[in-house]
Amino acid sequence: MRPPRVVLAKPGLDGHDRGVKVLAMALRDAGAEVIYLGLRRSVAEIVQAAADDDADIIGISVLSGAHLELAGDLLREREAKGLGDVPVVLGGTIPAKDVEELRALGVAAVFPVGTNLIEVVYGVISLASRAKELR
Amino acid sequence: MKDAALPPVTTDSGLPVAAVYTAADVDGELEDRLGLPGAAPFTRGPYPTMYRGQLWTMRQFAGFGSPEETNARYRFLLERGQTALSVAFDLPTQLGYDSSHEQARAEVGRVGVAIDTAEDMVDLFDGLALSDISVNFTINATASIILATYLVAAERQGVGYEKLAGTLQNDILKEFLARKTYIFPPAPSMRLSCDVIEFATEHLPRFNPISITGYHAREAGCDAVQELGLTMASAVAYSEALIARGMSFDGFAPRLSFHFATTLDLFEEVAKLRAARRMWFKIATDRFGATDPRSGRLRFFSGNSGTTLTAQQPLNNIVRSTLQCLGAVLGGAQSIHVMGYDEAFEIPSEEAVTLSLRTQQIIALESGVARTVDPLAGSFYVERLTDEIEAAAGAVLAEVEDAGGAVSAIEQGVPQRWIAESAYRTERDLSQGIRPKVGVNVYADAVGSEAAMPELFQLDEGTVERQIDRTARRVVARDPRAHAESMAALDAVAREGGNVMPALLIAARAGATVGEMSDTFREVFGEFREPNPW
Repeated sequence: MRPPRVVLAKPGLDGHDRGVKVLAMALRDAGAEVIYLGLRRSVAEIVQAAADDDADIIGISVLSGAHLELAGDLLREREAKGLGDVPVVLGGTIPAKDVEELRALGVAAVFPVGTNLIEVVYGVISLASRAKELR
Repeated sequence: MKDAALPPVTTDSGLPVAAVYTAADVDGELEDRLGLPGAAPFTRGPYPTMYRGQLWTMRQFAGFGSPEETNARYRFLLERGQTALSVAFDLPTQLGYDSSHEQARAEVGRVGVAIDTAEDMVDLFDGLALSDISVNFTINATASIILATYLVAAERQGVGYEKLAGTLQNDILKEFLARKTYIFPPAPSMRLSCDVIEFATEHLPRFNPISITGYHAREAGCDAVQELGLTMASAVAYSEALIARGMSFDGFAPRLSFHFATTLDLFEEVAKLRAARRMWFKIATDRFGATDPRSGRLRFFSGNSGTTLTAQQPLNNIVRSTLQCLGAVLGGAQSIHVMGYDEAFEIPSEEAVTLSLRTQQIIALESGVARTVDPLAGSFYVERLTDEIEAAAGAVLAEVEDAGGAVSAIEQGVPQRWIAESAYRTERDLSQGIRPKVGVNVYADAVGSEAAMPELFQLDEGTVERQIDRTARRVVARDPRAHAESMAALDAVAREGGNVMPALLIAARAGATVGEMSDTFREVFGEFREPNPW
């Protein structure tokens, strides 16, 4: 049985990639397969990569404040491509008031700045494993 | 996790620290390594009297929404005693997209002000006399274009170029390294940076056309030693590129400026800033044969570190920022920005930004630390640490040069990997409680208890549409023939070589948008995509 497969990316224009790279390394050390797509990816590119690579989860990182728009765009693209069973998680500078709204949009988990790395790794891997079993 | 935490016995960069230092820990004659403030090798500061003659410039980085909204924030800051301005641009402006561009819309006005045309720059500084106020611009890939729009705003105010004071960040190498708002590949990007420096050397005698920056590599995860080594590697690369186009080192070096982070490890940071000045003096003198004493006199801006601030117990960030500002002052900064304590969440609120400014004012006027120059000189510990950091940063510089110098090392992704690995180590230490962080891994609140948070800044919903609409009206109003001619001339100089600044100025005056000018460069230079080793 292959390990959980995670597609990580930064949509939008912000270049703060410290967090997403740290998470990529931490997930790899925890045994996950990680495909990091890099900066300034369109939501179409991200969903296409998740489909091509048979990803179990999509993780995006946004630190510019554009998280509501970008998460909404990504979730719509995911539905349009028939990947509704691949959970989407999001990290970044997310004010508490936006966390509920993101969850209501359909984001499976939100990890605002300050979340313990171990908690993020555990959250991503358990969501990915569950999605993998269900598919 | 822990009850009675003790501080680590190594610095943030991992240098071991003894319990006690004595005169025996300081090698040889200190006199040669220190000199006097304002004299070679400038370890103690670039000027003889430092803050007794003139306090540092208090320069809070600010910008959001439309030019009018940001103009109002500038007036707010100046009324409260800020002494200069520092412009934050939104990501579309930094990446050369107009506000109406499909990829721009979600980001317009978010992390800075939106500038689409020179008219926006005119509005940004409406009622603020550019002859009297020094302005810092955090702009890089589009620095040449933004400078052109700023010069048009100055022309409109009737202010001669020779009167303009301020700093253009214009350090494209650290964009590839850490900050990531690059557009074009490294070689044409270096050309644009150097075009700006060359133009400014001739026409803008009071303006710093580059701020060579270690700050972003530090924020992206590297340590103090790597920050200093990488900054010097970039400074060498720009100097070599300018010399290669026929400029003399003494012709441009006095206008080079620098930018360092000041984080929480107080003595290590002070030692790093002192070591930076000595290191640059030696490079300027030994490597580039500087004869003008100003060429080896390093001046810098310090921003405190956003990554040291925490979302948990946000009021603690006020204390963290105060310590970092103190470090910058003890390290001899020429200008300082203090982060807002709510900055882990959003653009700082008016309350937070006022507190940042007050922090600087209290340190300047009440604490007494500005009373005498370089007050930590002669401390056994600080002098020892200054020597150690200089040596260790020299080793980092040598490693970059072994990889072919800054440009080549960055193209290979070598320093990017150092930075990411160092960030991962830091995060692991934090998550496992190896490095104590108050309110996070020690003395944390019980789960679920929400700390006091100020009212967060809210971007006005109508800003994006208004900005798009205004630019559309300005585009319609311009003289189409003058615009078309200026764009053709810009295309020609980009293709054929020669300094792009005169053509950019004509285009900006003719109403060309930041997106149009950037697209011209995109067509000629192509776009860079980071090699992805991940």
